[in-house]
Amino acid sequence: MIEKVGDRPYEEAFKEIEAYVALLEKGELSLDETLNHFEKAVRLIKYCKGLLDGAEKRVAILLETEDGELKLENLF
Amino acid sequence: MEPRFNKVRCWQVSELNNYLKELLNSNPFLNNLWIKGEISNLKKPGSGHLFFTVKDQGSSIKAVMFKSRAGSLLVPLKNGMEVLLRASLSIYERDGIYQLYVEEVQPLGIGDLHKTFELLKEKLLKEGLFDTDRKKPLPKLPLRIGLVTSLTGAVIQDMLRIFRERLPKANIIVSPAAVQGPEAPEAIVKGIKLLNRHGQVDLIVLARGGGSLEELWAFNTEIVAREISSSKIPVISAVGHETDFTIADLVADLRAPTPTAAAVIAVPDYREEFNKLNNLLDKATGRLSTLMEVEWDKLKNIKDLTVLGKPEKLFAMHLSELSQVFEKAETLAKVYLEGKSNKLYFLTEKIDGLSPLKVLRRGYAICQDHKKTIITSVNEVEVNQAFEVRLKDGYLDCLVQGVKVVND
Repeated sequence: MIEKVGDRPYEEAFKEIEAYVALLEKGELSLDETLNHFEKAVRLIKYCKGLLDGAEKRVAILLETEDGELKLENLF
Repeated sequence: MEPRFNKVRCWQVSELNNYLKELLNSNPFLNNLWIKGEISNLKKPGSGHLFFTVKDQGSSIKAVMFKSRAGSLLVPLKNGMEVLLRASLSIYERDGIYQLYVEEVQPLGIGDLHKTFELLKEKLLKEGLFDTDRKKPLPKLPLRIGLVTSLTGAVIQDMLRIFRERLPKANIIVSPAAVQGPEAPEAIVKGIKLLNRHGQVDLIVLARGGGSLEELWAFNTEIVAREISSSKIPVISAVGHETDFTIADLVADLRAPTPTAAAVIAVPDYREEFNKLNNLLDKATGRLSTLMEVEWDKLKNIKDLTVLGKPEKLFAMHLSELSQVFEKAETLAKVYLEGKSNKLYFLTEKIDGLSPLKVLRRGYAICQDHKKTIITSVNEVEVNQAFEVRLKDGYLDCLVQGVKVVND
């Protein structure tokens, strides 16, 4: 079974994709295995694209209040 | 003891001095002063304490640096030295004089700065603060970035612009800090500390634009170096121009030549990453479709293999298996590649052109028994047996009502 993509770091997911693609390109896999690796690769590719893609985020300032609490304020 | 001002009162000298001392000590401003001036009348008695006067052109003040603090001096004090002092102001009751109690001394003369730099560098190097194995790895895709820098000036604007261009999704949290002047070292330390306390960033960039050695001095102080070193979050230093090297650069997990370079190093360009991912997708898709093509050709060849007793049966079995693979590939392409890449069309079209499903689409069917074994002969079934018929778009549950043998 394919395990969950989870919240692994981008670079880790990227390396896994490269590894799957390298295996696919070697061409020593059966059709079933190829399909299986293909599935894992495209899942991870989708996951990575999801990490990169998204709405523009705002910039915040981190401040400490007088009683030592942290608070975030929007900048600009 | 509260003096009574309403009546004439005779004070003891020590009472007065003590009162004034308490008055001064209760003022927080006088407890942490930064003073710039020149050292004169330096005395070094056997006690190890240092006594001197700090003066500017018009005025002077007495100062003492106790042995315990004097031990932290990197460069020995001498008369005529321009310095920046951190001290508290209080009263020496015995003599009734007010004086500075010096905590630390920062030489300001250019020669002394260089010497201080070298000595601090040597000290921290010996402690192992610059060791490569202390460097924390930087995340490739930091989606939350802490920025320790001044809110004013071009540096922050330039960096924010680059972050926005390269990775619009990144969240930026600025921990504002003065990056120049006597308050800068502690402001920078606090900026790094706050981000660590907050804990919600993957990376810290410590930045300041170009300047003279004096202007960049905060980045050569021991407290800043130690704070960078003890930060749990990796730190990129980006101080001054390419040619400026500071202690902060040496102790940081990565040194960027300039603040704008730091922004480029810190985050990947999402467009470049998309391209890389699409290239990998191309390769994977290409490989899968090539293999499917090969398998399909093999399958077609089976039909022509007259050496085999029943090539049709073999063909039908492979057809069924291959259909499943093609179907799955098609589904995967639809689910995962949808709208993200033209490769979807490449793969699905290719699958379409190749697929054994096409055979079904032309009106052919596959019969399977309850074990999914393909039925290729009327002799394999009995009347009233249930079986399944696979058509292009689904299955029929069927029952054998009668058997007719055709003799060719």
